[in-house]
Amino acid sequence: MNNKLLKAIQTIEKRFGVEEHIFRDEYSLIVSPGDVVEICRLLRDGFGFDMLSSLTAVDYWPEGDPRFHVIYQLYSIENNINLRLRAPVSDDNPAIPTIEGIYPNANWHEREIWDMFGIKAEGHSDLRRILTPYDWEGHPLRKDYPLGYEEVQFTFNADEIDAKKPYVKE
Amino acid sequence: MGIEQKLANLGIVTTTLEKAVNWSRTRAMWPLLSGLACCAIEMMAAEASHYDMSRFGMELMRASPRQSDLLIVAGRVTRKMAPVIRRLYDQLPDPKWAIAMGDCASCGGVFNNYAIVQGVDEVIPVDVYIAGCPPRPEGLIHGILTLYEKVENERLTKWR
Amino acid sequence: MVQLQEVTLDELKHLVSDRAIQGETMLLNMGPQHPSTHGVLRLMLELEGETIINCVPDIGFLHTGVEKNMEAKRYEQAEVMTDRLDYLNTVGNNLAYCLAIEKLVGLDVPPRAQVIRVILAELQRIGSHLIWLGTQSLDLAAMSMFLYCFRERELILDILELVSGQRMMTTYIRPGGVWRDIPEEFYDAVQQFMAMFPTRIKQYHGLLTKNPLFIDRTKGIGVISAEDAVAWGLTGPSLRGSGVALDNRKTQPYTGYEEYDFEIPTRTAGDVYARYECRMDEFWQSLRIIEQGLKKLRELDGAPVRSSNRKFVPPPRSELGASMEALIHHFKLWTEGFDAPAEYVYMPVSSPRGELGVYLEGNGSNKPHRVHWRTPSFVHLQALPVLSKGLLVADLVAIIGSIDIVLGDSDR
Repeated sequence: MNNKLLKAIQTIEKRFGVEEHIFRDEYSLIVSPGDVVEICRLLRDGFGFDMLSSLTAVDYWPEGDPRFHVIYQLYSIENNINLRLRAPVSDDNPAIPTIEGIYPNANWHEREIWDMFGIKAEGHSDLRRILTPYDWEGHPLRKDYPLGYEEVQFTFNADEIDAKKPYVKE
Repeated sequence: MGIEQKLANLGIVTTTLEKAVNWSRTRAMWPLLSGLACCAIEMMAAEASHYDMSRFGMELMRASPRQSDLLIVAGRVTRKMAPVIRRLYDQLPDPKWAIAMGDCASCGGVFNNYAIVQGVDEVIPVDVYIAGCPPRPEGLIHGILTLYEKVENERLTKWR
Repeated sequence: MVQLQEVTLDELKHLVSDRAIQGETMLLNMGPQHPSTHGVLRLMLELEGETIINCVPDIGFLHTGVEKNMEAKRYEQAEVMTDRLDYLNTVGNNLAYCLAIEKLVGLDVPPRAQVIRVILAELQRIGSHLIWLGTQSLDLAAMSMFLYCFRERELILDILELVSGQRMMTTYIRPGGVWRDIPEEFYDAVQQFMAMFPTRIKQYHGLLTKNPLFIDRTKGIGVISAEDAVAWGLTGPSLRGSGVALDNRKTQPYTGYEEYDFEIPTRTAGDVYARYECRMDEFWQSLRIIEQGLKKLRELDGAPVRSSNRKFVPPPRSELGASMEALIHHFKLWTEGFDAPAEYVYMPVSSPRGELGVYLEGNGSNKPHRVHWRTPSFVHLQALPVLSKGLLVADLVAIIGSIDIVLGDSDR
């Protein structure tokens, strides 16, 4: 294990009391959402994690508690190390503080998790839907949101489905 | 012994108005330069040097719907894009035609989900469907020739 | 079903300056149907004369719901969706997804399959750069480049068709290897391409590199410093144009890239021209990698191209008639698929555009719990306001071309 990474993890563990998860040499720290901004600032300024690779979320509905995990994938160009932060967020009015001030490219990623999961980024400068239409209802990547599957047309049910299909009249 | 044989010596051809107009419509049908997704790349390939669609009088793709006759819906149509496609189609001057290129535009293709309109025929009337994901440029050219065939057989009463 | 959306000005007031609201500057809508936005990108521009004061990208016109749809499919079924994300880099997308699965379940890939993967990925990189070169020069009014680039790209598509049967959506790379061994004609086809392509690169250079019109429209346009580029998360040639030699093929080598000898071309100017030069140099590096790959491939003739781990990789057709066990595995894999542990991995690879990352999470079943695509186009588009501020609308077209976006990649 990289010394720099070890040091960063130890420092964070000491200051914030986080849980560690290792799988295939990938290190994840499970942090509380309130600490995310502080930890990110510490990692960027103190340990050279200068790039936010990816920011996303996972939904563990129905049995997961807390329901969501917000995932921050950080990368340090100088030391060539990856570190992942996972912030559990509960179902009740889910929200995380924005890290836009630390990594400017978190802006769109946070808009995306608002659009897709309904997790609000508090203090975000421009929290609008980004991928779905402006008046879309619901948050598609939540597990309780249906896929919107349409029945496939075969020979035996072609006419039946054809009748239901909303073809446009000129 | 019809009139045609006598007139042939004079270098005059007789035909019906219907045939003449339909023929001229197919000889310079300008598509709208509008690509949506993967199929747009194949559409560009069909336009480019190797497949060379200008053989069919289609080398000119217009970026403005006001100057084009044919809307090739090349790619998947999302719920967010559907109103735009409809508006583009409405802006085409009559007579106008539409081709649904590829599986996604024809029926939703592999994307059977919330975000994709299951066939662009829910948004605009389609004249020719082209299968394939994405169709080869030959497929697109075949589709266009099929459309020509359709246009050449259009009746005067159906003209727009 | 079709309705036009009405968005009131109040909702969008914070995006523009006060001067726009008082009517001093002009708001202009560009796209989603516009020939030089490379797809269905919509930009809201605030202009003073022709100078861009502010640029607000609006994406999502190609939001396909791939991530949601992949959750409803089994691991190997979901692979067909990956091709259609970034449709100029189909092989690279398959590669990223398969590497993520292999990392998640702990599957090893035979060396011959790795070499084939590398060769195809580099061919695809050349193909993707050719499209970029063609469309970028088309936007800058060099029509003939478009025709030349597509001519060469056809040869690459022919090679892909030779190995997989499809021109674009190959799905040739599979978890644990590749679909089947390459045909014998593959060597000749690639060698012919390799023999022809260097002269063509020189031709492109002759047409563009010292062309005063091209230089006028690209030099000093869309400048971004190395610090800003890193902060905005730019990767790939867009970052290397600013002087940061970051490439996942070097930093976190995958599928055997550490065995190849190649360089990461960089420039320091950080403008459109620098990014152009970087990509042009990458043509040569890709050719170098392919050449080494072909040599390795010859040495590995006859070696297996799929993992022999029957829990994840179906047995070859020929075994089905002879072995009961093979039949069972075949049946199990094609009806149920394989299970992956309830863990998560992040697999970054270097796509022609930049870092393409797959976050894959399993839940113990045969379907992924969550697949997230960290796509370079999404991140690069976000930096467009920074790149274009204070420039002319005509320069914006050059900048969009230079960050090489694919809307399917950005909207997913």
